[in-house]
Amino acid sequence: MATMPASASDLLKSFKLKTKQQELLIRVSILCLVYILAFITRLFSVLRYESMIHEFDPYFNYRTTLYLTENGFYDFWNWFDYESWYPLGRIVGGTLYPGLMVTAVLIYRILRFLRFAVHIREVCVLTAPFFASNTTLVAYFFGKEIWDSGAGLVAAILIAVCPGYISRSVAGSYDNEGVAIFALLFTFYVFVKAVNTGSLAWSLASAFGYFYMVSAWGGYVFIINLIPLYVLVLLITGRYSMRLYVAYNCMYILGMLLAMQIRFVGFQHVQSGEHMAAMGVFFLMQVFYFLDWVKHMLSDTKLFQAFLRITVTSAVAVGGIALGLGMVSGYISPWTGRFYSLLDPTYAKDHIPIIASVSEHQPTAWSSFMFDFHILLFLFPAGLYFCFKRLSDATIFIVMYGLTSMYFAGVMVRLILVATPAVCLISAIAVSATVKNLTVLLRSKNKVVQTGSTKGSGGSKSSSKALLDQSQPFQKNGAIALLFGAFYLLSRYATHCTWVTSEAYSSPSIVLAARGAHGNRVIFDDYREAYFWLRQNTPQDAKVMSWWDYGYQITAMGNRAVIVDNNTWNNTHIATVGRAMSSYEDEAIEIIRSLDVDYVLVVFGGVTGYSSDDINKFLWMVRIGGGVFPVIKEPDYLVNGEYRVDKGAAPKMLNCLMYKLCYYRFGEMMTEYGKPPGYDRARGVEIGNKDVKLEHLEEAFTTSNWIVRIYRVKPPNNRW
Amino acid sequence: MEAWIRARVTLALTLFALLFFVSRSSPPRQFVISNAERRIDLSSHIINVHLTLKVENTGTRPASEVVLALTPTEVDHLAMVDALAIKGKRKKTTSVHLEVKPTELPDAPPIDAKYFTIYLADPLNSGESTTLEVLYVFMHFLEPFPAEIAQSESQLVFYHDTALILSPYHIKQQTTFIKTPSTKVESFIRVEPTNRVGTEIKYGPYEDCPPYSISPIHVHFENNSPFAVVEELVQEIEISHWGNIQVTEHYTLVHAGARHKGVFSRVDYQSRQFSNGASSFRYLLARLPARVHSVYYRDEIGNISSSHLRTNSLKSELEIEPRYPLFGGWKATFVIGYGLPLQDFLFESSDDKRYLNFTFGCPLIGMVVDKLTIKVVLPEGSTDPSPVVPFPVEHRLEAKYSSLDVIGRTVVVLEKKNFVPMHNSHFQVYYTFNPIFMLAEPLMLASAFFMFFVACVAYIHIDLSIRK
Repeated sequence: MATMPASASDLLKSFKLKTKQQELLIRVSILCLVYILAFITRLFSVLRYESMIHEFDPYFNYRTTLYLTENGFYDFWNWFDYESWYPLGRIVGGTLYPGLMVTAVLIYRILRFLRFAVHIREVCVLTAPFFASNTTLVAYFFGKEIWDSGAGLVAAILIAVCPGYISRSVAGSYDNEGVAIFALLFTFYVFVKAVNTGSLAWSLASAFGYFYMVSAWGGYVFIINLIPLYVLVLLITGRYSMRLYVAYNCMYILGMLLAMQIRFVGFQHVQSGEHMAAMGVFFLMQVFYFLDWVKHMLSDTKLFQAFLRITVTSAVAVGGIALGLGMVSGYISPWTGRFYSLLDPTYAKDHIPIIASVSEHQPTAWSSFMFDFHILLFLFPAGLYFCFKRLSDATIFIVMYGLTSMYFAGVMVRLILVATPAVCLISAIAVSATVKNLTVLLRSKNKVVQTGSTKGSGGSKSSSKALLDQSQPFQKNGAIALLFGAFYLLSRYATHCTWVTSEAYSSPSIVLAARGAHGNRVIFDDYREAYFWLRQNTPQDAKVMSWWDYGYQITAMGNRAVIVDNNTWNNTHIATVGRAMSSYEDEAIEIIRSLDVDYVLVVFGGVTGYSSDDINKFLWMVRIGGGVFPVIKEPDYLVNGEYRVDKGAAPKMLNCLMYKLCYYRFGEMMTEYGKPPGYDRARGVEIGNKDVKLEHLEEAFTTSNWIVRIYRVKPPNNRW
Repeated sequence: MEAWIRARVTLALTLFALLFFVSRSSPPRQFVISNAERRIDLSSHIINVHLTLKVENTGTRPASEVVLALTPTEVDHLAMVDALAIKGKRKKTTSVHLEVKPTELPDAPPIDAKYFTIYLADPLNSGESTTLEVLYVFMHFLEPFPAEIAQSESQLVFYHDTALILSPYHIKQQTTFIKTPSTKVESFIRVEPTNRVGTEIKYGPYEDCPPYSISPIHVHFENNSPFAVVEELVQEIEISHWGNIQVTEHYTLVHAGARHKGVFSRVDYQSRQFSNGASSFRYLLARLPARVHSVYYRDEIGNISSSHLRTNSLKSELEIEPRYPLFGGWKATFVIGYGLPLQDFLFESSDDKRYLNFTFGCPLIGMVVDKLTIKVVLPEGSTDPSPVVPFPVEHRLEAKYSSLDVIGRTVVVLEKKNFVPMHNSHFQVYYTFNPIFMLAEPLMLASAFFMFFVACVAYIHIDLSIRK
């Protein structure tokens, strides 16, 4: 074992490489390996399941990408979709971020041009891993920019396997975030580079990076607020420079103009409250520049002080008045609910139940921080310490990025994703700096020992030196121990990441897998069974009503029009569906007929014990429905504030449409040995109303494990 | 109901035409059928009719063309007709395949009938007789009645025919046996003497029937066999000279029986398997060649996990289950794909050509295919393709671009309508191929990588900076 490094270095020497070249070779090969690792670790989902699109939103993205490949960009841009939000429809081209689809189609076209006969689905499935690989490269360069190339390498490795990022970028997770994190980090990196160099070229690159980010994800708002904040902090700390001026102005103006080309964003950069900070800072920069110029002109400092005071006050006053006027006149829109809910975590719960109902919008639990970051959670503060020790424009940026994104990660589970690159970079600084310090310690000691040994017994000088370094053996041992500790931690991190990826984040959630009684793998493919049934055996123009979670999947896989889907733009429409689901059948049928619905689809986990079904989501339907239609009252469905479906359940609960559709003929079903018929395995109770009669709806299809149940709306009875 | 009435009207009209014709002229035929026996098998939705004819030449000259007559509705549903001549007596019989072709009779009487001519191998001399065996296969011929059934009902179908065999010749004696799948027969028309024993209905024997005499009958019976019909099957066979044949089959499957009406109840379907959804089907069996590998079964929205593959050295069986049970009128589309070793199917012929020898057919057992398209994708650079198929098919050429193709691959497209399992046979596609083309793609890849590295080296060594 001990001879290995020697032989390796001999090998390198035999190639006649200089130390610098050796270092380059090692660095490039590590980066290549990391690039590949980042890609293949995300393929667990393909190995465990299949090459398929995951979850909910990716199905919409996939459907639009298909449309884009088949009909071309202009049709895509002008696409009015009749299949969703029936009868309203949706202007798809104007209400989405097209970056992801355009990227996938571009990759597809290039591969096709190079004569690779790939299917667009494979491209979509692998887009996220591919961009994750690219992110590792950006992380390397970013780390190199803010600290050194060692930190860059560590950052690349950390981000390649970090679960916080993998959760949104496994193969098949064809979502905006997949490319957006790359765009985000790229924009930040190039902007920091521009600030460091004052180069117009880098600044231009950051404007384009920003444009790509805007085209890909709504999270661009984070960039357009963080960068001004950063600039502001630099201004306050007296780090104003020409470099900063060039970088920010070019990036802001060009980035803003480019971003306006995206239809969904439009003029928000000059009209919406969320983007006003950037504009304010832009004007502030001009004031600074002006002041700088005046200072240059005026030799009298006292006079300048007075001038400064007047200018700053008037500038702030003018800005404040302009903002106030804009707000009052309605030219500048106020902050949106989503933005508010970020600043005030309790806001959504009280005002926007539709945001609060989404599980990924919940405040983050400590365990999920631990799950997603593992040791990075401890390395993060250490990294911050190193950053503060060596403050520069770049480290200030990463500190600000880290702190703000950590706050947002605490507010919403899904925003852990935004924090991940920052956490990885800062932790990488900690790891790299620590390991570097320790190895320097070891190396210098080795030299001393070596010199001591070569010089032999003689020489009072060396002996005195040895006396001086008496504490060093302990230091050396300590350093070795610490190094081992660090490597142990990092190896734990690697195992943890692999385990999390393979166990937790690779499930497509369309196909459910469970362990059977004999340890074999049981697959529940009920969703696709139902969607495919809809696709093949219902009329082409059938309208399907379901809770909005399944809207995208029904349109993408079932190819049928839906009433509401995951693009929750119309709260009233969703509330109407919620009201229908929570009313008695004869009331619901009125709503159903008025919406021209042909089929009603519910998801039911009582047979399999699948807990995220419609009965468990039902209270949200009641809340959202009740938010618009006060006829629906949440307490009607509860008994002493408790939600139950057994005999003790509220009478309204036992007779509402959702209950009836889920439990229709379930009372005859034996689900578990030794339990009475009608035993709901998801909630572990015997249901309260076993004699469910349907009057206006009839069972059209139920999947083999009962997870999806589809009902046909009967035509009205003849009056004669 | 309407269809049934229409059928009756057609038959009545035919009868009128017939009477009209009989009164006017008599057939100038020189054959007489001394004995005819017909066995009709109705046990599945593919109807086999075995007709044994003893033909006697009563004319003065030797003749070799025997004419068969079918009603137009029968011809519309006819999938295949096949004729054998039986030679020898008793146990030492040998059968010889005979050519059968659709013909028009120049002196055809004004009767609504279509004709097929059997060309005998040896002309039949005056006074001699021979035995012919004719097989008709009909598809989509059973009419479900009622046309819509609920989940718990079983499927009843009508079979329309005539008790007397339609023939341009005089038939001295004839008998018809109809075999139903079960003893549940709702009704059938009697034409005395008629006798029903168990699952068999016997019509006849009838003596001395003049040409073109018919007597419409129908049988209304229970048939719960799966009416599985592949509306369209596109089979793509891609040959790679690197040692693999990749087969991809796109199916559009439909249950062509009585349409499902109303509720589909999973409780009933799960708990009362036999009385519920008797005519529906869940499992399909595909018989694939031996040494099959990398089998997949999927559809537009992904893999279908319910399938089992059993392989042994002689054959492979793939048991597949569509995503949902198919009731009447329900559809399912899916794709089966597999790889096969090249040496089992590709051979070299004597004239330096290569040929693919493959089964023309549908691997799913007992399946009727309305439209079968076989696409043989030849390797890039192959020339002069020529298919050899034992029965008439439409064929044309296409081009396909697969991975790393520059000039495109030649695709031989063979199309056959109304395909039944009895058609299963081998076909060949001959083509010439220069093995040098095999190296084209690896060389292309290698040179692309080479260019990339050269570009990298060049980039490192060239100084592109403006400042000096």
